[in-house]
Amino acid sequence: MADWIDACATGDIAAEDVIRFDHGGRTFVIVRDHEDNFYCTDGLCTHEEIHLSDGLVVEATIECPKHSSIFDCATGEVETPPACEDLHTYATKVENGRVFVEI
Amino acid sequence: MSHVVVIGAGQAAASLIAKLRAGGFDGRITLVGEEPVVPYQRPPLSKAYLLGDMGLDRLYLRPEAWYGEQDVTLRLGVRVERIDRDAKVVALDGETIAYDMLALTTGSVPNRLPNAIGGALDGVYTVRTLADVDAMAHEFRAGARALIVGGGYIGLEAAAVASKRGVTVTLVEAAERILQRVAAPQTSDYFRALHGSHGVTIREGVGLKALTGGPRVSGAELADGSRLDVDFVIVGVGIRPAVALAEAAGLALDNGIAVDAQGRSSDPAIWAAGDCASFPHGGGRLRLESVGNAIDMGELVAENMLGAGKDYVARPWFWSDQYDTKLQIAGLNTGWDEIVTRDSGGGVVSFWYYAGARLLAVDAMNDSRAYMVGKRLIEAGKSPDKAVIADAAADLKPLLKA
Repeated sequence: MADWIDACATGDIAAEDVIRFDHGGRTFVIVRDHEDNFYCTDGLCTHEEIHLSDGLVVEATIECPKHSSIFDCATGEVETPPACEDLHTYATKVENGRVFVEI
Repeated sequence: MSHVVVIGAGQAAASLIAKLRAGGFDGRITLVGEEPVVPYQRPPLSKAYLLGDMGLDRLYLRPEAWYGEQDVTLRLGVRVERIDRDAKVVALDGETIAYDMLALTTGSVPNRLPNAIGGALDGVYTVRTLADVDAMAHEFRAGARALIVGGGYIGLEAAAVASKRGVTVTLVEAAERILQRVAAPQTSDYFRALHGSHGVTIREGVGLKALTGGPRVSGAELADGSRLDVDFVIVGVGIRPAVALAEAAGLALDNGIAVDAQGRSSDPAIWAAGDCASFPHGGGRLRLESVGNAIDMGELVAENMLGAGKDYVARPWFWSDQYDTKLQIAGLNTGWDEIVTRDSGGGVVSFWYYAGARLLAVDAMNDSRAYMVGKRLIEAGKSPDKAVIADAAADLKPLLKA
């Protein structure tokens, strides 16, 4: 059963940036795009389990810092290999300046 | 087009096949490979896999079942004997397979030392295939003495793994400095110091005269007359494109299989991608030995087989892991005349190659942000102010929008 988890304040993430969010023994990233949309995906690259929180956010994509795989943060889809598997994505909502993720 | 045959089961092949199916190709695909396994990642062979930190299952690019799901016929552990272009068949293992389109993704083969100087002695290894690395793994035991011949990335990575496993390592490089062919002196200096701090002896400007012993290697004579006792040897003296099949079939060669901007060889039914292929670039031809190139060219050939008519635009990038240092390289540094250093301290440093005001390439050590921003700047043809690059406190990301 998924729950809405209070992950961070909107102001904790700059535009086109990312933070790591650990919850329940798992690691996620929360991304803020250039238009202030928030996304949550798994925190490790599907290629070699590198933390995506060190990655580069451009618009609504994130690039893995190790081997340059690029993922669409909204859908989790691989835009550029070497990753083959898409990222899992999780719903987000913003309420009262807080970002909630459905995990 | 109803049957695509792909020869060579590595990264380029895996990318090509996936892209063919993603692009809607519903004909037959046959993948023929000499090695007995499905396509796997080669880079970890000289890094995490050799160190024992990464298992075989994580090496595979796709699980074996994926090929069945994608309706790809696998012919692994099989050597193609020849290509008959007139009949459009490939001969292997006592049979012939007809193709409508053929893709050559045969990769490259490591250069070996001549037998006359001990290249065939037992205990002398090259690093290219899973079998190569499985064969040498037992040598990496504490107290053993290794000689690494060649100070390129493969030799340096092998030296790092051996050193971490307690092996006493000497690396010889015939050129004046390690990484001379591929990097600026600053990068060579960085890695010389790194290896020195881990107890590896690096001897530059000293060639190997001969390996001695028999049937197993036991020593080495160097060009300066010195001798070493060794227990095993790893040879990392470059690779060459695997073109034997293409050559026998009469395809045009030029530092690899010569393809046009779309990846087609001199025979319009035969394509090539990855390490084995050279493509038009800057008025000449370029051949890249990298995962990124294998992926991009493999995907491009798949799209062009399906009629996309796209020209290849290389986006060169490379990486190397040695000890805890992560090197990432974007661009091609050929023709550089100035290195701009961005040093954040603690081994986090990047070297930016310029030709005049134009940014060509970046070597980033433990600085993935510099690499990622540099790669995008180079791909966009942007050349940032050198003063901003040299200021380690300056945020690089705004340069992307400048």
